[in-house]
Amino acid sequence: MNEHQATVSASPPLSERETMSISSAFSAVADMALGPFEWFGNLGIFFWQVVRAAVTPPFEWRELVRQLDEVGSKSLPLVALAGAAIGVVISLEARYSLSRFGAKSLFPATLVYSVVQVMGPVITGLVVSGRVGAGMGAELASMKVTEQIDAIEASAINPFRLLAATRILACILMLPLLTLAADACGLMTGWFAQALVEPLSFHQFIESGFKGATFNAFLPPTFKTTVYGLIIGLIACFQGMRTRGGAEGVGRAATNSVVLASLFLILADVVLVKFILVVFP
Amino acid sequence: MAATYDITMNAGNPTQNSSTPAVAVQDIEKTFGTHKVLNGVSLKVNRGETLAVLGRSGTGKSVLLRLIIGLDQPDSGSVCIHGQNLAGLSLDQMGSIRKKMGFLFQHAALYDSLTVAENVAFPLQHHRRDMSRSEQSDRVRQLLAEVGMDGALDRMPSDISGGMQKRVGLARALVLEPDILLLDEPTAGLDPISSGEIDDLVLQLQHEHHMASIVVTHDMHSAKTIATRIALLDKGNVLIEGSFQELQQSENTFVKEFLKQS
Repeated sequence: MNEHQATVSASPPLSERETMSISSAFSAVADMALGPFEWFGNLGIFFWQVVRAAVTPPFEWRELVRQLDEVGSKSLPLVALAGAAIGVVISLEARYSLSRFGAKSLFPATLVYSVVQVMGPVITGLVVSGRVGAGMGAELASMKVTEQIDAIEASAINPFRLLAATRILACILMLPLLTLAADACGLMTGWFAQALVEPLSFHQFIESGFKGATFNAFLPPTFKTTVYGLIIGLIACFQGMRTRGGAEGVGRAATNSVVLASLFLILADVVLVKFILVVFP
Repeated sequence: MAATYDITMNAGNPTQNSSTPAVAVQDIEKTFGTHKVLNGVSLKVNRGETLAVLGRSGTGKSVLLRLIIGLDQPDSGSVCIHGQNLAGLSLDQMGSIRKKMGFLFQHAALYDSLTVAENVAFPLQHHRRDMSRSEQSDRVRQLLAEVGMDGALDRMPSDISGGMQKRVGLARALVLEPDILLLDEPTAGLDPISSGEIDDLVLQLQHEHHMASIVVTHDMHSAKTIATRIALLDKGNVLIEGSFQELQQSENTFVKEFLKQS
């Protein structure tokens, strides 16, 4: 055996502490890599439990009505304000851009299509995601850490039916209606902003804006918000009902509900826009 | 405290064999992370019996109750309610079994968006839709009077003390007239007089309706008063089970120390 081989064979084996450190590092990397898959898997299981609970009686009609009010009517002022603001912004930007290209006559159609097809649905989804997603996530998380959800289950009431299904269904039903409200406010304020500079009656604005419009142009973008509602409700309920860790966990659930719902909503919009363009050309 | 309890709703299960224990826990094990809290626990409680479960903090007493009500699942072993094994049951199947069980949580777990009366009425509104609103209201008032909380019907849980919340939680656990009652520290946070009243109520329920009760408690006086048997948990196992007199006669050092400190 030469001197090198003797040196190699004489290297001390790894200590137990070093072995455990390497093992912990590998575990941490594996957890990071597998974490997102585990999250999606748990989300899928949760969704299935909610669907199964939602389609079997007894149905929680009273709670559903309460949630329709909570999601719908209580979000209306904020959504209307956001829609109104967007209408003004688009009006100002469109007037400037169209004037540069000598296409001022296209202003009504530009505003209508921009608000109804793109900005109205997305802004409504993001506003509701912030308000409703955070509220739902925090409420359910607080119930989880104080054992109220366990108490519901111990009282022989299905918490997926009472808490999750009602909230998700309320979001699905209310998002299109809130989107219509946002669109209406956006169009009105957009017209008003334009009328202050160049007199244009509201009747002329609507007639010009919707000239040649078809079903495919407006209804699918509005009804795609049902998918936004599903995303917001599902993420908020999922994050809330599996919270751990006391007050910190509640905060984390509220934050994650908003962040993840907003993220998935935007990603879903990309897919849905393409889907609508293909299915409703 | 008023001593009334309406049995008209409690039909019981006509198919039960009278020799079938109401609650049978067999060799259950439960581990959280690397900490094994239950290591082969076996217990049986028949109708009309009250089993007090005692032990040091962190020995799995509350976990045992959660396994019996099905909020958690054991890693191994079985939990049977009136002979029905809980393993593999769906949430709705568990619901049918839970309708005949009442559970008092350690911190009451009241619904903080509902008033005291609404909290107690909550199970009635879901499971007794055959009862009219006024009948439900009467039942709620009766139960709250029995636990000494009839003056707080419209108060919110955040406006009452922990001991008062516990009494409301007990009323909620009793509202469906269960034949199995699980109580997690029912007298914790209560003054001695209120503790005695709760003990009297549990004894009355046991005598009148032959309820099977499992009470987790640190209160040895309460355990002596209400329990027909006492089980002492230590290191995840049942160290000793028997009457209070049998525990007193035990030569085990831990048992002697536990009784001395109580």
